[in-house]
Amino acid sequence: MRDLHRRAALSVRATGALAVVLALGARLGGAWADEPPPVVVFAAVSLSQAFGALESEFRRDHPERRAVFNFEGSSRLVHQIHEGMRADVFASADETNMESARADGALAGPPRIFARNTLVIAVQPGNPKGIRGLADLGRPGLTVALCAPDVPAGRYARQAFAKAGVAVPEASQELDVRAALVKVMVGEADAAIVYATDVRTAGDRVTAVALPPEHDVVARYPIAVLKDAQNPAAARAFVDFVLGPTGQAVLGRFGFLAP
Amino acid sequence: MTRRRAPVPRPAVALAVLGAALFVLPLVGLVARTPWTALASALGSPEAMAALRLSLVCSLSATAVSVVLGLPLAWVQARAAFPGRALVRALTMLPIVLPPVVGGVALLTAFGRRGLVGRWLDEALGVRLGFTTAGAVLAETFVAMPFFVLAVEAALRGVDTRLEDAARTLGAGRWRVFRLVTLPLAAPAVGAGALLCWARALGEFGATITFAGNMPGRTQTLPLAVYVALESRPEAGIALSLVLLVLAVAVLVGLRGRWLGAP
Repeated sequence: MRDLHRRAALSVRATGALAVVLALGARLGGAWADEPPPVVVFAAVSLSQAFGALESEFRRDHPERRAVFNFEGSSRLVHQIHEGMRADVFASADETNMESARADGALAGPPRIFARNTLVIAVQPGNPKGIRGLADLGRPGLTVALCAPDVPAGRYARQAFAKAGVAVPEASQELDVRAALVKVMVGEADAAIVYATDVRTAGDRVTAVALPPEHDVVARYPIAVLKDAQNPAAARAFVDFVLGPTGQAVLGRFGFLAP
Repeated sequence: MTRRRAPVPRPAVALAVLGAALFVLPLVGLVARTPWTALASALGSPEAMAALRLSLVCSLSATAVSVVLGLPLAWVQARAAFPGRALVRALTMLPIVLPPVVGGVALLTAFGRRGLVGRWLDEALGVRLGFTTAGAVLAETFVAMPFFVLAVEAALRGVDTRLEDAARTLGAGRWRVFRLVTLPLAAPAVGAGALLCWARALGEFGATITFAGNMPGRTQTLPLAVYVALESRPEAGIALSLVLLVLAVAVLVGLRGRWLGAP
């Protein structure tokens, strides 16, 4: 008898849970049915803050559209696109990775440069080690974080070392520029080579040491609609928005240079 | 005569096949995509060899540390009665369910240069664990030791205490009883636990890259090398993945009779 009661109570509870799940499903289903699919943007990690802000502006301009992002190192994004991950737009931090995507037949049209960036050395707040330039990064006892050679920030950093005539120091090979910056922010690394825009978002947790102009490398950011785009019209709208006055203003606010 | 078992209903068999396919297909894919002709050159590259060597050094060191510290820990947890034992046991098991990246962040807050202990290590002794092989070993130990403790503790609980009591009545001290009676009885579990711990340490990725970084020759172990290589030289990444797969299969074969051979 008692068992029967318990079973009845259990089935009531199960029915209740089922109802909640169904209601939730219906709501989500409704939301999916009402709204057009979002524009899926694969973007370089260094764009994460700026594109996040840009998205809300994009929604204001296009109330029926949204954009969702996958922020990774550009080289990882190329790999993901190659392996068949569905995306509508690709925004790379360098032209080399965009070119790989193009050679792979992934682009729907020619890429367009939408922003530029420069490099800095991110060091501990107040620069306790007195790092003044690239040559100082080879000093013994200094721990340095760079990006891996295929990650745009890693390639640019190696170009800068070449320009300065300095050997690339022994360094951790981070998989994206954010990871390199975080190593300095948490105090594990004394220095990392990152973009000028990255240290702006890090606030007072790192200090930026500028590179002399003759050593600096200008990063050029291309953007393109992908051939695989589910929603090419919306993808083009997003790219136009990034290149348009509002998109450029937002990027400028985050420290990116105009193309 | 064996008893006839009730047959499994067809829908359950169909789901079981689907479930098995989920495990089998990725392995088939990996083997199918392996560049067999370029395998030797992919594995023979200096970076791959360095990663392989480092992986062996780190995982074996992590296993050694796990045995040295984990055996007493399992012993205490299995036998000693003290307040908060349940909590200690739960905390020991935590790394098994914790995302390894979170483990890496936690290690930073404890042993990083600004961490609780790490700050002191750096200032007083000049010892830094980040970006060092010792840091990679620490990360692997953190993630893998629970597997060893789990296996050994269960075995120690299963040892018949009457045998230990008998040895005690014959005049053997506690250490002697543990060494000559308890440990031999738990030996298979100690071996299996160490093997499982080593396999987990070998495959460690998240905690290592978060806590120790990705430094070729120092902290770039095989899984990290796979992740990096996939972007630049996918065939090298797949070849290295195959090495890890073969090692994992070897571990399972080594454990056969303990888990695989279960009726």
